[in-house]
Amino acid sequence: METKIAVSDTNHDTNSTVQSAESDNKMEMKNLSVFYGKFRALTDINVAIQTNKITAIIGPSGCGKSTLLRSFNRMNDLTANSRMEGGIFLDGENINTSGVDVVDVRRRVGMVFQRPNPFPKSIYDNVAYGPRLYGIRRKSDLDGIVERSLKHAALWDEVKDKLHQSGLSLSGGQQQRLCIARALAVEPEVILMDEPASALDPISTLRIEELMHDLVKDYTIIIVTHNMQQAARVSDYTAMMMIDDKRSGRMIEFDRTQTIFTNPKDKRTEDYVTGRFG
Amino acid sequence: MKIASISSSRSTLDVSLKRATRHGDILWSGLVIVMSLVVVALVLYIGWMLWQQSAEARAKLGWAFVLPTGESTWDPANSVFQAWAFIYGTLITSVFAIILAVPISIGISIFLAELCPEQLRLPLNWMIELLAAIPSVVYGLWGIFVFLPKVVVPIGDGLGALFGDVPALSQVFTGPIPQSGASRLAAAMILTIMIIPTITAITRDVLLAIPNTQREAAMGMGATRWEMIWQVLLPYGLSGILGAVILGLGRALGETMAVTMVIGNSLESSGSLLKPGYTMASLLANEFAEAASTLHTSAMIEIGLTLFVITLILNIIARFLVWQVARRTPQEARA
Amino acid sequence: MTKFQELIAKNQVAHLRQRKLVNAVMLSLTGLMTLLALVPLFWIVGYVIYRGGHTINLAFFTQLPRPLGVTGGGVLHSIEGTIVLTVLSCLFAIPPGVLAAFYAARNPNTPLGIVLRFSTDVLAGVPSVVMGLFVYTLIVVPMKHFSGLAGGVALAILMLPTIIRTTEEMLKLVPHTLREGSLGLGAPEWKTSLSVMFPAALNGIITGFFLAIARATGETAPLLFTALGNDNFNVGLIVKGGVQAHQDVFTILGRIINQPVDSLPLTLWKYAQQPYPERVEQSWGVALVLMIFVLLIEIFARLWIESRKRRLQG
Repeated sequence: METKIAVSDTNHDTNSTVQSAESDNKMEMKNLSVFYGKFRALTDINVAIQTNKITAIIGPSGCGKSTLLRSFNRMNDLTANSRMEGGIFLDGENINTSGVDVVDVRRRVGMVFQRPNPFPKSIYDNVAYGPRLYGIRRKSDLDGIVERSLKHAALWDEVKDKLHQSGLSLSGGQQQRLCIARALAVEPEVILMDEPASALDPISTLRIEELMHDLVKDYTIIIVTHNMQQAARVSDYTAMMMIDDKRSGRMIEFDRTQTIFTNPKDKRTEDYVTGRFG
Repeated sequence: MKIASISSSRSTLDVSLKRATRHGDILWSGLVIVMSLVVVALVLYIGWMLWQQSAEARAKLGWAFVLPTGESTWDPANSVFQAWAFIYGTLITSVFAIILAVPISIGISIFLAELCPEQLRLPLNWMIELLAAIPSVVYGLWGIFVFLPKVVVPIGDGLGALFGDVPALSQVFTGPIPQSGASRLAAAMILTIMIIPTITAITRDVLLAIPNTQREAAMGMGATRWEMIWQVLLPYGLSGILGAVILGLGRALGETMAVTMVIGNSLESSGSLLKPGYTMASLLANEFAEAASTLHTSAMIEIGLTLFVITLILNIIARFLVWQVARRTPQEARA
Repeated sequence: MTKFQELIAKNQVAHLRQRKLVNAVMLSLTGLMTLLALVPLFWIVGYVIYRGGHTINLAFFTQLPRPLGVTGGGVLHSIEGTIVLTVLSCLFAIPPGVLAAFYAARNPNTPLGIVLRFSTDVLAGVPSVVMGLFVYTLIVVPMKHFSGLAGGVALAILMLPTIIRTTEEMLKLVPHTLREGSLGLGAPEWKTSLSVMFPAALNGIITGFFLAIARATGETAPLLFTALGNDNFNVGLIVKGGVQAHQDVFTILGRIINQPVDSLPLTLWKYAQQPYPERVEQSWGVALVLMIFVLLIEIFARLWIESRKRRLQG
């Protein structure tokens, strides 16, 4: 359910409490707007993502959460007629410029999708796909990377004896962890997760959430979720988004998760997290 | 009583209506089923008739008819019938056409499915399909007077010069190509043009049916577009692409008129691509209407039977392969 | 630094540049191949227009061929033959094709439905020359002569798969709410099919006919042993003669279809191989007429199907 609400102009004040040292921001959006043709899907997004923390993006469906997520690794470029204006910063460098190597950006900012999408290859080949792209060919190197990634994704014990079976032979939850392992294999710095557990059963969901707690020690994680309880359980920071009267997505509030869920500054955020709508 | 008569007249109306619709429905379903059976029976009848009418040849000539022997000759006047020369001609021209057509077709499909800008998509698709609509005889006519002298002969000369002396390949490439260009090479090249639309259309559809999530998974990891296509999409759609290729092969095997007009229709024994040859289909086109004897006719029908069986088998395999890809792709597919 | 980072740092620039080069080259190749495939299309169409354009005049369409060695004359026999064959093949192919398609659309999963779909595919894959052999044995031999009738049957069988497939597709596109509305009112199945489903899909079905006709018009091989060809075919003369001799309609019609008949592709095939230059010239004219006819039908039919599909789904 989406609700159109008039939006006040300024939302840059909401960041003041969380911008400590600039160097702690792994990624940042500065006045980001995303256009599909003439349609403005996102307007003036400002957000700072802390290193080694989990940041959740929440909001009613259709508010542009996925579009925002996909801006972090410039996946929107793949959609025809798309255009991004504003700054997207990775370690302080703007990656939304033409000189930047998108292929490398996507290695450093990895992505896990809503539905598990393993390639129709063996488990081994799925995880080894990324490293092979980068020219790593020696079996010993690849074996090591595959094992490390699968362990990191909490899947190694379950598949170590059947690495050459097809990735599609695993259960849904296992497939999703395989996709996580695949993303981890190229040693990204940031992991984007688009509703990673929405297609899974509750037990698999819990395991993915435990995994996130583990991974965040080494990676920075940004997740999109429509499940508020999950956001509350899992994330350190939360960004609340909503559609304005021009059907464009805006960031309403951004703060520590604790604050968003117990003491939000914006009435709309309060209404959403208490379930009054959405 | 008034009420009773209304209800009774209504009930008779109901009854007669029911009778009419029941009969109508029975008639309709009967008709529809009968016609479907006719279509099925037609296919069976064709096979059966080919089998039956070739009985004389099968009895008298046996398996030696289709096997490669030392002396493959076809001499109706002396009742000598051996089909290997034609089978060879059909196979070599079709296989060579496939070798040429497959990379080109896959390239075109990749362009149409993955790279083509939206506005160009429909016109380009149509133009490729128009290639398939041009009648075979027109291909032949253009072949004889334009394509052969301007394209085939230079290429034939080139191939002969390059490979004619290479020991392993000399069988296939001994020249020189006749001045007219009439040769198996000419047939193979025209067949290439004619089957490209078939292979392209199916391969393109196979690629379009692959779910977008596969593309995103690859590119999300930093693959280039080509790496995504070559390493993820093509393997994913492999069985469908194989099906497309087999269907293209089937089309090439049965192609008659264009081939007859450019292949030279000669039983010269050299197996070279650069020399004139003969295919099963072109033999039938040239000789059937003037068969010299019942054995002659029967032998030619046996050749027809061979063609029928080969294309039937290829068709089955191809449909199965394309069906396999359709079965594997989950609900989400790129529109 | 992990192994991966090490490797990346070492090969990063060079390897990445190489990957991007390969990417650019291969992607441009695919565009190139598309252009390459279009070259024959434009070459053939252009050249046929060029050569054929010189030959065509009014006489081309209205006169019978002159004797060899004499210039002038036309291909009236061929045009009339093509028309007769087209009419015959439509008559033979459309009723069974449409009816079978109704069955296929409504019953895709019954045994007969599956076998029907399979048979249609097989029929579509049979080489046309083999079809000619079949009809030769089926009709020409018992009748002891070649005829337009046999040719029409051969073309009809070739048209059948296209007609069945397109009709089935178009019927499936009709929103099922239409059918349910009719049945819900108490209309019987057959009435629903004939007066609701069929008209709704009619536009698309007709374009299917056109596509099938376009294909059949271009066929030569099956006609080689069925219709054979006939330089003197002149419907006008037959009708006139018949009327003068007080023959009834059926006899006249019988005379029309019972003799060998020419068609445009058949004439093209024969003329192209003759050593007389005026015949070869005329073959280009025939090629032009044939090609324009076939291509126009194809383009027109596809345009119609596209707009039809858009309207039903939009």
